Amino acid sequence: MSQSDDKQPVFPAVHYLNADRGVWSWLTTIDHKRIGIMYFASVLVAFLLGGIFAMLLRIEHLTPEPTIMGANTYNRMFTLHGVVMIFMFMIPAIPGVFGNFLLPLMLGAKDVAFPKLNLLSLYLYWGGATLAACGMVMGGTDTGWTFYAPYSTSTPTTLFPVLLGVFIMGFSSIVTGLNFIVTIHTLRAPGMGWMRIPLFVWAIYATSIIQVLATPVIGLTVMLVGIEKVGHFGLFDPGRGGDPVLFQHMFWFYSHPAVYIMVLPAMGVISEVIGAFSRKNIFGYKMIAYSSLGIAFVGFFAWGHHMFVSGQSVLDNGAFAAISMLVGVFTAIKVFNWVATLYKGSIAVKTPMLYACGFLFFIVFGGMTGIAVATVSLDVHWHDTYFVVAHFHFIMVGAVIMAFLAAMHYWFPKMFGRCYHEGWGMVAASFIILGFNATFIPQFLVGNAGMPRRYFIYPERFTSLNVASTAGSSLLAFGFVIIVVYMIYALVRGPIAGDNPWGSRGYEWNTRSPPPKENFDHDVVIDRDAHSYQEPGEEVEHVVI
Amino acid sequence: MSSSEAHAAAADHPHNPHLAHHFDTIEKQDHAIRLGMWLFLGTEVLLFAGLFLGYSVYRHFYHHTWHQASRTLDLGLGALNTVVLITSSFTVAMAYYFIKKGKTARCALMLVFTILFALGFLVVKSIEYSHKFQEGALPGQFYHFHEVTGPGANLFYTVYFLTTGLHAFHVIVGMSILIWVLARVLKGHFSPTYYVPVELGGLYWHLVDLVWIFLFPLLYLI
Repeated sequence: MSQSDDKQPVFPAVHYLNADRGVWSWLTTIDHKRIGIMYFASVLVAFLLGGIFAMLLRIEHLTPEPTIMGANTYNRMFTLHGVVMIFMFMIPAIPGVFGNFLLPLMLGAKDVAFPKLNLLSLYLYWGGATLAACGMVMGGTDTGWTFYAPYSTSTPTTLFPVLLGVFIMGFSSIVTGLNFIVTIHTLRAPGMGWMRIPLFVWAIYATSIIQVLATPVIGLTVMLVGIEKVGHFGLFDPGRGGDPVLFQHMFWFYSHPAVYIMVLPAMGVISEVIGAFSRKNIFGYKMIAYSSLGIAFVGFFAWGHHMFVSGQSVLDNGAFAAISMLVGVFTAIKVFNWVATLYKGSIAVKTPMLYACGFLFFIVFGGMTGIAVATVSLDVHWHDTYFVVAHFHFIMVGAVIMAFLAAMHYWFPKMFGRCYHEGWGMVAASFIILGFNATFIPQFLVGNAGMPRRYFIYPERFTSLNVASTAGSSLLAFGFVIIVVYMIYALVRGPIAGDNPWGSRGYEWNTRSPPPKENFDHDVVIDRDAHSYQEPGEEVEHVVI
Repeated sequence: MSSSEAHAAAADHPHNPHLAHHFDTIEKQDHAIRLGMWLFLGTEVLLFAGLFLGYSVYRHFYHHTWHQASRTLDLGLGALNTVVLITSSFTVAMAYYFIKKGKTARCALMLVFTILFALGFLVVKSIEYSHKFQEGALPGQFYHFHEVTGPGANLFYTVYFLTTGLHAFHVIVGMSILIWVLARVLKGHFSPTYYVPVELGGLYWHLVDLVWIFLFPLLYLI
């Protein structure tokens, strides 16, 4: 990264990382930036664990017969993988890390509205995650992350600690969402009207609405499963008049919107990155902002598409299918606006931009297959096959992880004041994007050929595609190893970044890197629109970042 | 906004010790706190919504049996509890009114009334519960009540105990919050310029009341 100005960048002597010292000062901090950093470390641990479980599953599928584990271990392994990745990584990842770190900086505020609740949400996350992880490992939970009744209420393995852990992590998610909504409403700097807030903030706002409205329902639902498992109250037990499909409705009422808890912040990141690396005003600011709210709204009414083969009426199936496709419309609005932003921009191909391009491919591919699986007649064929697995991994891993990595590279200089090695960044990005495709494209094919998900062994004829998928996943894993190495080096020895190494116009770059404890040395007044790289009619500024 | 933070803020803003460092004005801070509370109340509504959904589905499935089962609840005690809770909502609103006027003693008295009503509600509820235990009108596998036997009969009591149980838990939480507010009122923490915690405690109590207003007709009347 060369500097856009001639001055040698300086590393500030006092910043949020060293303003107070000692472990205790971290554990009791109410500084949103430190809480963001602690979330960062925590979700990376969860991601590492979830990734290891995923690799073990892939190794198991190298051969049609048992390879390295038994059938019960396999069931526990995919449960661990799902629960860890979804509740401990995906849901808190972008809001917990980048939302916490950036929201007040982007709004020109000193902190979030309720700093202590913010710390509480981190502790709740830690407590819930520890409880769920220990519960799963020691109790051998084998229900999958969906906890479907009646299996979950009758499995001989332990479930209660996991459910309680999910409940507590849900509470953490609610607290974060509530805090962010109030912060966006009340702590915008003078001059920042609603149409001037950065698109990442819009995305977080939409996400927070889902977190606040949907999460209580999953909290109640998992507690009901727990009560059912322990007390046999009959609520989901057909033998006592209960209905397991009611569980599915309640579960997906949260868990479908939860997909947007994961993907909306990712879309916010991409809006920021594409603007910054095209050196161009974002195209269709309002449309991108409103489509985030649109996805949040429509997402609440799409849950039934998980239940096309659970005995829903034809009318319900049709309605849920149509509503689900609306999500595709809102997503497409965003994609077209991002592409229009790239058009005639002065594009700087840097690591975050590579990930953003990867994101565009994955969101389109994953979105299109999403329309396909939302079509009832097609879904009957694909339901519970690897096709669905590949589809949601394209969105949840493809899109969300690309955005997470883009965010990590784009804001790394702001968070730590240092730069990573651009060359290695690109190498790792290439491995990850190629490896990802190599992992999941074969899964579409094998699913379409009829391989069901969550099966321990499979017929001989699926071997080659499974081997291809496992080979691809090793490329993916290797890419992450490269990132770990150069990021650790960059943390310690990376060149000093300076306040704004990318020449970005995002408000968060208007302070030092790393920022001081109270975010800004001066009072913030906003006198321009977000992402304003040029005035109307002005040519794109051709600057090599 | 607790002590250490408030003291730090007091250095910059000698006028108001309750203003946290990251807010410009106390009005803005109060607005933020109220908004946060309303959002929280929204999450509570959705928490109960799941159970109301279960109620609706099974009511639809087992309409006749559930109608019979609902007749076995004690309408008199249920109605008494409804009156108790509505009255307590009135007293908590009066507590808020008095603290805004600076009448601390009357505010404290109204809070004491509210807490006593809450306690009364729990006593009545536990009498009802103990009847149900004696009759064997219990959830799921524990069900051995002879008056109602049709399909889905046990589910009525499952839903009855889950909804009223979760509600009773909220009554206990609400009571604890009001006791904490009362303690602060007695210590003289509040004034006509600073009374947000009284307001929030009152809001929470109204929610507890509101949930019951829905539970009573659904379980006892129809």
